[in-house]
Amino acid sequence: MPARTLFDKVWDAHVVHQVAGGGPALLYVDLHLVHEVTSPQAFEGLRLAGRRVRRPDLTLATVDHNVPTGDRSLPIADLVSRRQVELLLENARDYGIELYDLASPAQGIVHVIGPELGATQPGMTIVCGDSHTSTHGAFGALAFGIGTSDVEHVLATQTVLFQKPKTLEARFHGLPGRGVGAKDLILALIGQIGTAGATGHVIEYTGPAIRALSMEGRMTICNMSIEAGARAGMIAPDETTFAYLMGRLKAPAGRAWTAAVDRWSLLVSDPDARYDRRVDINVGGIAPQVTWGTSPGMVTGIDGAVPEPASFTSPAEQEAARRALAYMGLEPGRPLEGTPVQRVFIGSCTNARIDDLREAARVVRGRRVAAGVRAMVVPGSMAVKAQAEREGLDLVFREAGFEWRNAGCSMCLGMNPDILAGGERCASTSNRNFEGRQGKGGRTHLLSPAMAAAAAVTGCLTDVRKLEPAGEAILVG
Amino acid sequence: MTPFTTHTGIVAALPRVNVDTDQIIPKQFLKRVERTGFGPALFHDWRYRADGSPDPAFELNQPRAAGASVLIAGPNFGCGSSREHAPWALGEYGFRAILSESFADIFYANCCQNGLLPVRLTPAEMTELFQRHAAAPGPYHLTVDLERCEVRDDAGFRASFNMDAYRRASLLEGLDEIGLTLQLEPEIAAYERRRAALAARYAS
Ligand code: SF4
Repeated sequence: MPARTLFDKVWDAHVVHQVAGGGPALLYVDLHLVHEVTSPQAFEGLRLAGRRVRRPDLTLATVDHNVPTGDRSLPIADLVSRRQVELLLENARDYGIELYDLASPAQGIVHVIGPELGATQPGMTIVCGDSHTSTHGAFGALAFGIGTSDVEHVLATQTVLFQKPKTLEARFHGLPGRGVGAKDLILALIGQIGTAGATGHVIEYTGPAIRALSMEGRMTICNMSIEAGARAGMIAPDETTFAYLMGRLKAPAGRAWTAAVDRWSLLVSDPDARYDRRVDINVGGIAPQVTWGTSPGMVTGIDGAVPEPASFTSPAEQEAARRALAYMGLEPGRPLEGTPVQRVFIGSCTNARIDDLREAARVVRGRRVAAGVRAMVVPGSMAVKAQAEREGLDLVFREAGFEWRNAGCSMCLGMNPDILAGGERCASTSNRNFEGRQGKGGRTHLLSPAMAAAAAVTGCLTDVRKLEPAGEAILVG
Repeated sequence: MTPFTTHTGIVAALPRVNVDTDQIIPKQFLKRVERTGFGPALFHDWRYRADGSPDPAFELNQPRAAGASVLIAGPNFGCGSSREHAPWALGEYGFRAILSESFADIFYANCCQNGLLPVRLTPAEMTELFQRHAAAPGPYHLTVDLERCEVRDDAGFRASFNMDAYRRASLLEGLDEIGLTLQLEPEIAAYERRRAALAARYAS
């Protein structure tokens, strides 16, 4: 057999049928994740056609996008949101699908709970009606977002039609400096290749800096693959992956565990496997990153300045930069550091796992949220919340003046009441700084949990490396 | 699915790069549980002023874009969220085809699922179309022909485009993709038997 990449191996193992003439392949889906926003029309279509859910046992549902993150004992105040959540409850019940609802201690953002439950495993194909499904690729799964028509297709057939993408190796050379973590690595890559840089490709992340990351860090990287245009990102599983999965609810146990690890260990790209493209990133030169515009590719180091629109090559890009700066209320040439913020959001499927909260708490400990700043922490799942409380992190945040909330997507997209007001500037650990994403007229700066924490305690965009007195705890593991 | 064969219509131009699906249909409209009702919210935050009146500065609100059914757009159109509400909104507004030098992958697939034809042209061809649109004294018309895989106007513009054969056939005939896949039931069942046998072997 010719040398194959990790992607090729997972792809080949899931082709049920290949449409002739270079058409798409019909891929078997090992895990279908479902949430309340992109599924109602799919279930409705199923019902109208009189079709059943083929494999409810391979389907898992949760509510996350719409849910309030305040008091859970109250009904959802927004009637339309409530209806959407209730409809998922009904659909899950009618079709026999396991559901993690608001009362469940395992409820949370779909891309946080899949791995946490051990449902996400190496070598699987995983789909969900959500573009950040790419997150699960951190385990060496082929995981990608689909639209609602495809959600219906998967419900009915447990397969999805997919045109085989190309492969791109993103190789990270060297190790990051102090204060630089997974979020900075992925933002730097997107800055380098652009938000359409990996369109039509699956990215495999390789190199020592990737190997050194925790599973949480790897999920942060794969999560934002879609922000580089790639539908999926993958990282080959290793001891870190296995240690994370061992003992989790849905992970194999006993003899099956040993057999699974043997099988998963084969999920690496062969040494002479060929990728369609390769990008090299020098990690040593990366400063903590912060976005200045309205697209994740509009990003620079915190030691950088707001760029001049004229510095971009094409007229369309110059125009986009001008629009973005007008929207963001930023002046070209000014340093980004010191820009005042009114809000801080630590949350989302990119950065609301336990490691992310630990990273932020290390910066916050012993400090206070600056006057005039409203800061919140929204754990990615109720399990993350419980774990953080066991470690006393909630106290660190609360004593500093952060709001400590329940799990959900929250201000990542502002479908629930957590939104920015027009003109408010927010340091956010989420993944999209699109116009209006966090609230109409809201201005989002994407950055790491440590950088968000630094912004909260200083009241402005701050280089976290300057904040920590030399010799203190290392910021990012 | 609505079939697409050939369509001639008025062109609207949106020469912006990286138009994301959050702009096409903002999140506050994603709470609907139907496939319809999204047209009036298309490009909501760009299209309306704070008082709810149409913003005359927005490209689609310009008089010559009235009744448009063909959209010419900047590169990387439809990036971001996987929300199929975006093509639903574009279709309900009246668009039948979108022309750009590049589309985000999920958006491209979602359009095909809804009989909304995404057409990839070269950067030079797109530049030419934007110029022709800008230079036209009144509404500018284009014909998008999926049978011949061709875009043309009545003043000599002609460009061919590629689309994979499977997608093209599905669109031309308006096929029910789920119905087609269900015809492959024996293959799916055979795959599941192999899968179960493997799982049993690993578990023992
Ligand atoms: S946290 Fe944000 S990006 Fe992640 S699934 Fe929720 S809305 Fe999407």
